Amino acid sequence: MSNLSATQRLEIIREKNRPTVNDYIPAIFHHFTEFHGDRHYGDDAAIMAGIATLNSVPVTVIAQVKGRNLDENKKSNFSMPHPEGYRKALRLAYQAEKFHRPVICFVDTPGAFCGVEAEKRGQGEAIAKNIAEFMTLKTPVISVVLGEGGSGGALALAVCDELAMLENALYSVISPRGFASILWKDPSREKEAADLMKITAEDLQRFGVCDKIIAEPVGGAHNDPNLTADNISEYLMDAVARLSALDTDTLLEKRYQKFRKIGVFSEG
Amino acid sequence: MLEDLFKTVKDRFNAENAGQEQAKTPEIPKDLLFKCPRCQSVFYMDEFEKRRKTCPTCNYHARLSWRERLEITADKDSFVQFDENMTSLNPIGFPDYEKKIKSLQEKNGINDAIVTGVCTIRGYRAVLGIMDSNFMMASMGSVVGEKIARAFEYATENKLPVILFTASGGARMQEGIISLMQMAKTSGAVKRHSDAGGLYITVLTDPTTGGVTASFASLGDIILAEPKVLVGFAGRRVIQDTIKQKLPDDFQTAEFLLESGFVDAIVDRKSMRKSLSNILRLHNYKKVDAVAWQHG
Repeated sequence: MSNLSATQRLEIIREKNRPTVNDYIPAIFHHFTEFHGDRHYGDDAAIMAGIATLNSVPVTVIAQVKGRNLDENKKSNFSMPHPEGYRKALRLAYQAEKFHRPVICFVDTPGAFCGVEAEKRGQGEAIAKNIAEFMTLKTPVISVVLGEGGSGGALALAVCDELAMLENALYSVISPRGFASILWKDPSREKEAADLMKITAEDLQRFGVCDKIIAEPVGGAHNDPNLTADNISEYLMDAVARLSALDTDTLLEKRYQKFRKIGVFSEG
Repeated sequence: MLEDLFKTVKDRFNAENAGQEQAKTPEIPKDLLFKCPRCQSVFYMDEFEKRRKTCPTCNYHARLSWRERLEITADKDSFVQFDENMTSLNPIGFPDYEKKIKSLQEKNGINDAIVTGVCTIRGYRAVLGIMDSNFMMASMGSVVGEKIARAFEYATENKLPVILFTASGGARMQEGIISLMQMAKTSGAVKRHSDAGGLYITVLTDPTTGGVTASFASLGDIILAEPKVLVGFAGRRVIQDTIKQKLPDDFQTAEFLLESGFVDAIVDRKSMRKSLSNILRLHNYKKVDAVAWQHG
């Protein structure tokens, strides 16, 4: 595994040819059938969701959609979901629970969208509800961070039994730029922030947040998208088999404890 | 995005303070006047204090310290605090974080941004949590997350309702990813309490934003708010920058949330105790003798 700094990895995940779910879904799954809409307000193209088979096992796939060019990004709002996107995700998660399908989430977002309409339709409530409901969803949930996992907008698809990260992916409480802006009032200190924040897959594995690091080809996933897809696929098949073997009570207790134990404090 | 959220809250805070500065003249002693950050009207601090820190003109409900909140919420001497000595460490090695925590602890007389415990409210027993924006804008790090999780677990075990007075700038940046995980930890504990049939009442106070809005603050069975308080997910400035339009004045206020359907009721500070105890009564919780339960 390469020994790169967070800043170097930030450059890799911003590489314009970095594969997205539009590349990975056809390579990893068969029979992917997309389902739209939250049945309340609308359909959010920042989150793509549907059912598919993974090595002939039916699964539900929920994915944040980074565009590969400006047109795609305009359509998917640069992968910044609105509340209806999170509500669509939850609708399909409940559906997965009903039909006993494992849920596979792909996280790739700078964060949930910030705007008047998003606030009016309850961005905070939508994220909160996903977090709480995924915690007790009675079917295995696996999340894979593909590139950028930013803030609550990422966590809304990352309350799971296992969190995997691509080797160069970053997952943080806020984008490094936002961090620099808030704490030093200087967004240009982004790189300094990235290296300080401890946001690489290895850092997160040490914190108990990331359970598995999925290898990328030398130089990054864009150098061999098929190999990267194979690596993701291999991990997912293994994880689905392992987690499906657990009874529901054990699965949910382990999921609760995974998050329950994270925290660093003393008691005087 | 939580981006710029702290900044917005700080800007507002600074703007409020700046407003106070302007209101002063050399002859007027400090703290004699209060200028409302919402309607800009200026009035005597005495009057403001007498009205439990609410604006006589627009009814904005200003921020309270945890002690002030406790005093007007719980029955006298009924509060027993949990985890009083819990204090934050420095998970990502953020420069001078310990020093900052220590100085705020000395200044505010609390170890972090929330106080939790159990009390009675007009005779009804409840687990109570009060966030205090004087402590790092009540941002949520490990201590806030752990104390909330334990409070809900205690309530679940003892079949008690939970009342949380929320206030927060969001996740605590200085604790990196650990602070984000507190959103999952607290929401998980809320969910277990809920699944066990427990009642959870959220009271949104000024300001409730970011990762707290996007976790336990939005998960109450019943969500109350104080008048004119700021509640939202993203910062006002970052939204303004995105849409390049002036935002309406009531944007992200309690009233805006009520109209959008995310708040059950807006309740004045002076009737909060009554509203809370009434809700507890309607959920079949029984009155207890405040002294008797404490002593077993």
